[in-house]
Amino acid sequence: MNALIAFWNILLKDMKTYYLKPPNISWGIIFPISWTLMFFVRSGSAIDIRGILPGVMALSILFGTTSMLSVTITFERRSRSFERLLLAPISLNLLMLAKTTGAILFGIINAFIPVLYALFLTDLAGINWGATLLGVIFIAVTSTFLGLFIAVSVSEAFEAQTFSNFFRFPMMFLCGLFIPIGNLPAAIRPLSYIMPLTYGADIIKHAINRAGIITPGLSFLVLLAYSIGLFWISTFNIKRKWIY
Amino acid sequence: MDANIIEVTNLSKYFDDFQAVKGISFAVKPGEVFGFLGPNGAGKTTTINMLTGLARPTAGAIRINGSDAVQDIAAVQQMIGIVPDESNLYDELSGYDNLVFCASLYGVRKRERERRAEELLEQFGLADTGRRPFKAYSKGMKRKLTIAAGIIHEPQILFLDEPTTGIDVESARQIRRLVRELNDGGTTIFLTTHYIEEAERLCDRVGFIVGGKVVRIDRVTALMGEDEKEYIIEFTLGEGNSRPEAGLDQAMLQAFPGVKINRVDHRRLRVIPEKREPIAGFIKFFEDAGQPVYEAKIIRPTLEDVFVRITGIEIAKMKREKEGRRKR
Repeated sequence: MNALIAFWNILLKDMKTYYLKPPNISWGIIFPISWTLMFFVRSGSAIDIRGILPGVMALSILFGTTSMLSVTITFERRSRSFERLLLAPISLNLLMLAKTTGAILFGIINAFIPVLYALFLTDLAGINWGATLLGVIFIAVTSTFLGLFIAVSVSEAFEAQTFSNFFRFPMMFLCGLFIPIGNLPAAIRPLSYIMPLTYGADIIKHAINRAGIITPGLSFLVLLAYSIGLFWISTFNIKRKWIY
Repeated sequence: MDANIIEVTNLSKYFDDFQAVKGISFAVKPGEVFGFLGPNGAGKTTTINMLTGLARPTAGAIRINGSDAVQDIAAVQQMIGIVPDESNLYDELSGYDNLVFCASLYGVRKRERERRAEELLEQFGLADTGRRPFKAYSKGMKRKLTIAAGIIHEPQILFLDEPTTGIDVESARQIRRLVRELNDGGTTIFLTTHYIEEAERLCDRVGFIVGGKVVRIDRVTALMGEDEKEYIIEFTLGEGNSRPEAGLDQAMLQAFPGVKINRVDHRRLRVIPEKREPIAGFIKFFEDAGQPVYEAKIIRPTLEDVFVRITGIEIAKMKREKEGRRKR
């Protein structure tokens, strides 16, 4: 019970202190508009909103979760307030789950902001909302744990941003979000299949447009493996580097 | 319950090839204020980190209130409070919200943590500023709130790392009073400080740590008693006649064979007789020599004197190093 009280209050504190701040809310609103506008400018005509929706949703989650988590943890490390959490009588796994749950929720909310826009612009009938939600949750969890891995690997907030981009920019172009993987040069196509976002975006493509190319069950398994792996490496690194 | 609330046995910590803590052993009794004193790099913070779970010992054992701090750190963390050397609460949260949040980390229920937060703000003189964000607090207020955050879950043991460094005199005085009150209420205090006079005022026992080794642990009164064997009387003289200092000293040496005389300045001198003698004899000597005595007092050794004697470390240098490190 004590651990649950701690978990809940860490989550609430993070939501209040970081995720529900006006700049972050406005970022979540502006980001999908920017991407949609970019496609509109690029095509020069009417765009297939439903076609780009899975990509915009996946990117909203990826950027939202990795940016927020890596910066907030690095910031708390710098101010030494993170030490306060490490000294609390809760397990490291539960502590890190509490710290990451806020980012996961932030990512999930970010994912549905483009859906809200799309509701006004196109017909969203026939979408498998259950599978869409599952896909969004899995992408949010994996991306958040990637953010955690980044936060544990750096010591400064600017390093966190730079290191995040090292993962994010290749994912933007190689995960089939806007350019089908089949259209990529054969030599770099294997790279697409080692990036977790490929599998997450594919689940949403299945659910929204029935356009996925990977069996959803396999995608869920790969994302689960990535999530467990990234979380394990991150907590291992915390024990090694921060509880020295 | 163990006779000792903290028991440390052969504790060592290596950082790669460097041994920061070298097989130290000590014990702290329940209800004690125990001071851990030493210069920068002596191993104080590493020891505290090992006791509280922020660092893993390379070797040795730590038992806190009967629990193994190496194997079951969560059980230990539930019964300890920690006030680090820097105030590390959340800038964006108010003083009140910081306290409520810190209590929640220890599983304190909502109504109870709100009540305790209100009480502590009142007790620490922060009731009027409790709703202001932490970042708007002065250094002294931040320090007090950090201590309040360390005790909001009512720990049995409080680790205080340099509680008064870098804050104003009044706040430091208030903090020392609060520490004393906490201890009177039954909380065991483990204190590190480089203000030796602070340790002298607050601690029942102290341990001196130098170069990762504990060089001495004893009661403050016992340590100071060792240096009290030397009997020193300090006289402050009036301007009186114009007798040269050297001449006066010479006359005294003749009148009181075996005394040692140390001049503090041209009006103050310290007289160290071979054995205890009444002050009246010395006062009569000065008056006969035409030097009115304005003040005469027995000089008792300070803990600082004892620390310097045992460790050979210059206190002023230790303070400069510490202040310099904080500024950086």
